[in-house]
Amino acid sequence: MTRTMYDSLVGILEHLGVYQTLQVLIPEPLLKILLIFLIAGLVATAGSLILAYLTWLERKVLSDIQQRCGPMRTGYHGLLQPIADGIKLLVKEDIHPKAIDRWVFLLAPIVMFVPVVVILALVPFGRTLVMTDLKVGLVFLLAVSSLPTLGIMMASWAQNNKYAVLAGLRRAAEIISYEVSMVLAAVGVVLIAGTFSLPGIVEAQRGLPYIILQPLGFVIFFIGILADLGRIPFDFPESESELVAGYNLEYSGMKFSFFFLAEYLELFVAAGIITTLYLGGWNGPLLPSWLWFGIKTFAVIWVIIWIRATLPRFRIDQLLDIGWKWLLPLALLNIAITGGVLAVI
Amino acid sequence: MPDIRKVVEIPINMGPAHPATHGVLRLKLKLDGEIVKEITPVIGYLHRGIEKIAETKTYPQFIPYTDRLDYVGSMIYNHGYVKGVEELLGIEVPERAEYLRVMMAELSRIASHLIWLSAWGLDLGAMAPFFYCFREREEVLNLFEMICGARITFSYMRIGGVSKDMPEGFAERLQRFLDIFPEKIDEYEALLTENEIFLARTVGIGRLSREEAIDYGVTGPVARASGLNYDIRKIEPYSVYDRFDFRIPVENGGDVYSRYLVRMEEMRQSTRIVQQALDGIPEGDIMAKVPKKIKPPAGVVYSRVEGSKGEVGYLIISDGSDKPYRIKIRSPAYCNLSALPAMCKDAKIADLVATVGSIDICLGEMDR
Repeated sequence: MTRTMYDSLVGILEHLGVYQTLQVLIPEPLLKILLIFLIAGLVATAGSLILAYLTWLERKVLSDIQQRCGPMRTGYHGLLQPIADGIKLLVKEDIHPKAIDRWVFLLAPIVMFVPVVVILALVPFGRTLVMTDLKVGLVFLLAVSSLPTLGIMMASWAQNNKYAVLAGLRRAAEIISYEVSMVLAAVGVVLIAGTFSLPGIVEAQRGLPYIILQPLGFVIFFIGILADLGRIPFDFPESESELVAGYNLEYSGMKFSFFFLAEYLELFVAAGIITTLYLGGWNGPLLPSWLWFGIKTFAVIWVIIWIRATLPRFRIDQLLDIGWKWLLPLALLNIAITGGVLAVI
Repeated sequence: MPDIRKVVEIPINMGPAHPATHGVLRLKLKLDGEIVKEITPVIGYLHRGIEKIAETKTYPQFIPYTDRLDYVGSMIYNHGYVKGVEELLGIEVPERAEYLRVMMAELSRIASHLIWLSAWGLDLGAMAPFFYCFREREEVLNLFEMICGARITFSYMRIGGVSKDMPEGFAERLQRFLDIFPEKIDEYEALLTENEIFLARTVGIGRLSREEAIDYGVTGPVARASGLNYDIRKIEPYSVYDRFDFRIPVENGGDVYSRYLVRMEEMRQSTRIVQQALDGIPEGDIMAKVPKKIKPPAGVVYSRVEGSKGEVGYLIISDGSDKPYRIKIRSPAYCNLSALPAMCKDAKIADLVATVGSIDICLGEMDR
């Protein structure tokens, strides 16, 4: 049985005998709102901790592959490095160039960051750790996940910098090419599971993870996620050797770091979604469900970092080619095959 | 109302501070979206007037300046200069010194190609080759440090010979490096040569035909990648290069991928040359008898050697005094860069970056 985090929390409180007292002290609807805020705070805190240490993990994995040590000085094997980075970014001067579009410039990091946090609410972390179970979870998720692109385009336009504008235009061009096929690839999963709800999809994979039933869909979805994350081999909006730094060229201090926080949180969320849709989510023998989710998610993250360490970058028009000429027809083929097989069975 | 159907070309400055221009090269671009319509290279941001300085220095005093021309392969630039002055003076250099020169020049070529590969890999978005290449370059620099005390600016070659002989343990350490290096080249190739993305980014990009290469005076690996079998070590063997068995790699593609293949093979061939030189190095002096005050007779000499980037030439005019009347340096990267607009006709920005990287420019010698 899946339980939402709210149910779990109430269960724990009841077990401790606190809930009954609270019920007497605080009126029911208010208590519910308070508890939900508590959960949101907990998830956001956990999320930001995870993303802080994702930066550390990425640096460590990259340096391991590239025969160096990575951060070593701050704390044991650089464990305090993310905190040091955070402090550095907080105290950095926040520079506003003269010719910027002020409001768009201020809003862009927020527009980029918020949708990613929203998606975090949808990811089923464990059997008893579901924050929200939307009936249209997958549709909502895919819709919200394309919003950060808006933030990138706003940022690129607001800075009034030619390199940044080029980066924004690249982003706008590429998102259409891969997002369509990504959504179509996810349709295969929905067809088999018979539900849009993410916990429902995980429950349906109790016997067999969908990566075995949907290998083609998995590959398409994974490529789409790589492009969505803007990571090598598809890091066109911020390809530093071509566009200097891309869409966040003129940003500094905390605004700049918001883009990076959003990117790393997106990495975690995207890996979580791949785990949910194709790797069987929290399902697994022996270990507790949240641990299985964690193991699978970090395995996906590791693969993504590994790809970054190894591969060169595509050219933007090559991604468009891949998106329209290969991924889209293959995604349609995937739907046709899945539907056909389901109809026969 | 402006006509919105008209294509607006965006003028954009790539450099002088841009990560893909390898120093302070500035490219004035006109972009139509992603497509580069016009390229105008602008150089001179690193101009130090080295050729003019030469006129105020005595002949030996100018050697350290040659280090600072191409700071990633300076041994070869040392070599070209001292060879020219020796030709003016008519000095016979001892064999042992010639062998040492060849060994150092070839190690310098390896170091330079490793820098090129790592930086070019970064241009293409591949991070790993950078660190792998620097690992081996470090060992080459350690060897240089052992033999002459410097890691970048050597001034190792002197008029009439070289400054120091091999120290104890040098030959063994060099042998260890030569033993492992071919495997390391295989390692770089494993990351790139057969990689689909790498092929998609490099094959057919930045094409320069054989005729164009001749017209633009392109030399070095860029010319050899365009099917031009032109290597000064073979066509006009200097020093003791005629005693070694090595091959000049030539490719016919003319694209950046061919340049990559040529340089990878050159690293292997350089390893072979160093190995043969190390095995056959004779005993003897490392310095010829050189007069205290170097005063070459009046005359002109053009001394050329094969640099890591192409033909390195020194035109030295002597008026019989202890200072050169004029020194003109032929910079290979400067000539090769002049072919850039021809290579990048209607290229994408990303292709432009790949092509600029494939020329292997070094602003130190271009601006002089």
